[in-house]
Amino acid sequence: MEDFLRLLQWPLDGKALARKRIALRRALLERSGLLEKRIAVLGGSTTHDLVAFLELFLLGNGIRPIFYESEYNQWWEDAVFGNPTLDAFRPDVIFIHTSVRNIREWPALGAEPSDAGVEETVAKWRAAWEKIAEKFHCPVIQNNFEYLPYRLLGNLDGTDLRGRVSFVRRLNVAFADWARTHDGLYINDICWQAADFGLARWHDEAYWCLYKYAMSREALPTVAFNVANIVKALFGKNKKALALDLDNTLWGGVVGDDGSENLELGTETAVGQSYTEFQQYLKDLSRTGVLLNVISKNEPENAKAGLAHPQMVLKEGDFISVKANWEPKSENLKQMAQELSLLPESFVFVDDNPAEREIVRQQVPGAAVPEIGQVENYISALDHGGWFEPVKLSGDDLKRNAMYRENAQRVQLQNSFTDYGAYLDSLEMKATIRPLESVYMARIAQLTNKSNQFNLTTRRYTQEEIEQAAADSAFITRYGKLEDRFGDNGVVAISIGEVKGDVLELVLWLMSCRVLKRDMEFAMMDEMVAAAQTRGVRLIRGFYYPTAKNGMVREFYKTQGFTKVSEDAQGNAVWELDVSGGYEPKNHHIKIDR
Amino acid sequence: MDRTEVYTRLASVFQDVFDREVALTDETTAADVPGWDSLNHITLIGTVEDEFDVKFPMKDVVGMKNVGELVDKIIELSK
Repeated sequence: MEDFLRLLQWPLDGKALARKRIALRRALLERSGLLEKRIAVLGGSTTHDLVAFLELFLLGNGIRPIFYESEYNQWWEDAVFGNPTLDAFRPDVIFIHTSVRNIREWPALGAEPSDAGVEETVAKWRAAWEKIAEKFHCPVIQNNFEYLPYRLLGNLDGTDLRGRVSFVRRLNVAFADWARTHDGLYINDICWQAADFGLARWHDEAYWCLYKYAMSREALPTVAFNVANIVKALFGKNKKALALDLDNTLWGGVVGDDGSENLELGTETAVGQSYTEFQQYLKDLSRTGVLLNVISKNEPENAKAGLAHPQMVLKEGDFISVKANWEPKSENLKQMAQELSLLPESFVFVDDNPAEREIVRQQVPGAAVPEIGQVENYISALDHGGWFEPVKLSGDDLKRNAMYRENAQRVQLQNSFTDYGAYLDSLEMKATIRPLESVYMARIAQLTNKSNQFNLTTRRYTQEEIEQAAADSAFITRYGKLEDRFGDNGVVAISIGEVKGDVLELVLWLMSCRVLKRDMEFAMMDEMVAAAQTRGVRLIRGFYYPTAKNGMVREFYKTQGFTKVSEDAQGNAVWELDVSGGYEPKNHHIKIDR
Repeated sequence: MDRTEVYTRLASVFQDVFDREVALTDETTAADVPGWDSLNHITLIGTVEDEFDVKFPMKDVVGMKNVGELVDKIIELSK
């Protein structure tokens, strides 16, 4: 099984994947806890093999796809005119697999050079996106265009507005502009993928003419891999943190043996430069919200000396957690995850030592452990893995490292108090709790898809669905944003209740684990109950649906004063709170801004 | 490469692509193998190309009528 899983990781072995895919699929389907998603693939070329690969990569990410495939090259007709099968399918995601082969009108060589053709071509795609947005309210993944395998005008093809290289470039800019300004459209950048893969190998004229394959069979796994990465990111399956080894991973040499002054780092040597560039990549990655941590087999003081090396791009403050000891790395990783309120499977473990990689693979199932090769390949290996694929960079993502560092400071402060209430007061917490607002919709949708532990119903929403619920008066919605003296935690809690007569059913209740034990959940309940009471609600009903990850909230409604009214054999429970005779607010430490 | 060897390796390709053992003879055609439709045909040809490290010219792919002709072509291309 583990070997099978490695087939799904970069670097891809397209031949082995194609050959083993039936057996691989069978093995992947046996795994439990798969998230079912309905994916409509609207193709401008043959999608049969592509869909087969896409299924494998999604299964590898814990998503069990159910597919709709348009008839050959019916992508536009399906999108714009619809068809009963697709309408009934109710897709969670639509993937439009078009390519340079679907460009019908190229700029005429005899005409005056102009930009008019770009607008005409984009209009065709835009009609499809707009119709889908109106009808299905689901995210759309759209290929941009790769270059043709020939250039009629040679190098001028990219400069003259009548050249096709120039035309493709401008189309891609127009697609990107649209995606940047319209929620729900995500570009699968096959232009970059083809460049990375090699344009000459990407195109296969024989397969195009014989089977209407837009790209070579060999290139299909690359496309499917990238699409799967976007889908898994949309549904909250991204990794969140890196656990990095030190010796021969962040620097050349073994600090305990060689001494920190003799480490290979910095631009004086080729090998040193490689480590420095890898560190720079990691530093940039951390700015996108990926958490950097260290797990190293070292004496703590040696690790510290290495981290203090003047040529280190990464400083000690860039890491959230540093574990330098002689315990098994798998144990360190599990403990680190617990301390950061993350799941072990949210980590990517980076280590030059194959034995360490193997133990983490075996002991921490779900954690990603890439084969990283030699130092000059580290960046490429980590980057191509797509573990952290952002579909959008929210302000929260950019601030995440700072938030986790602030949390570490809070823990220090907490240790100086004996009374927990006094500690909470000392945090000077202020929360904004209001109905869902449009500026936070992206973050809210992201939270519904990423929160696994403090999540009562684990109901996933797309941004479009969240917006619908917010606009529907049958629902009472609240988001919670929490600030304290150490900083702004951003939006950390979402509650959605549906009013049914004099009952409020809590269909979604979640909170980010970064604000556990701050009484934020009580503040949220106070606000929900108050809002419900003004609507004449007499009874609040909560649901707990157990998953592999949300055990921590099994008794949540009990702590909120609810009574359990039913529970089935699987542990699905219904809880109720009668508020007809009043309700005693439970939050005493957070100041609320409504 | 003799025909026996080609047949042995071809059988393993069919096993992987169609997920079942397939008895192959020179006369076997798509009609004889459950699952060998026009889409799986593409997968099959691609996997055969991978296995024998050959690339069939377009006109040959169009012209092949049965497994016997496929084997002839593989032998010819791997010379």
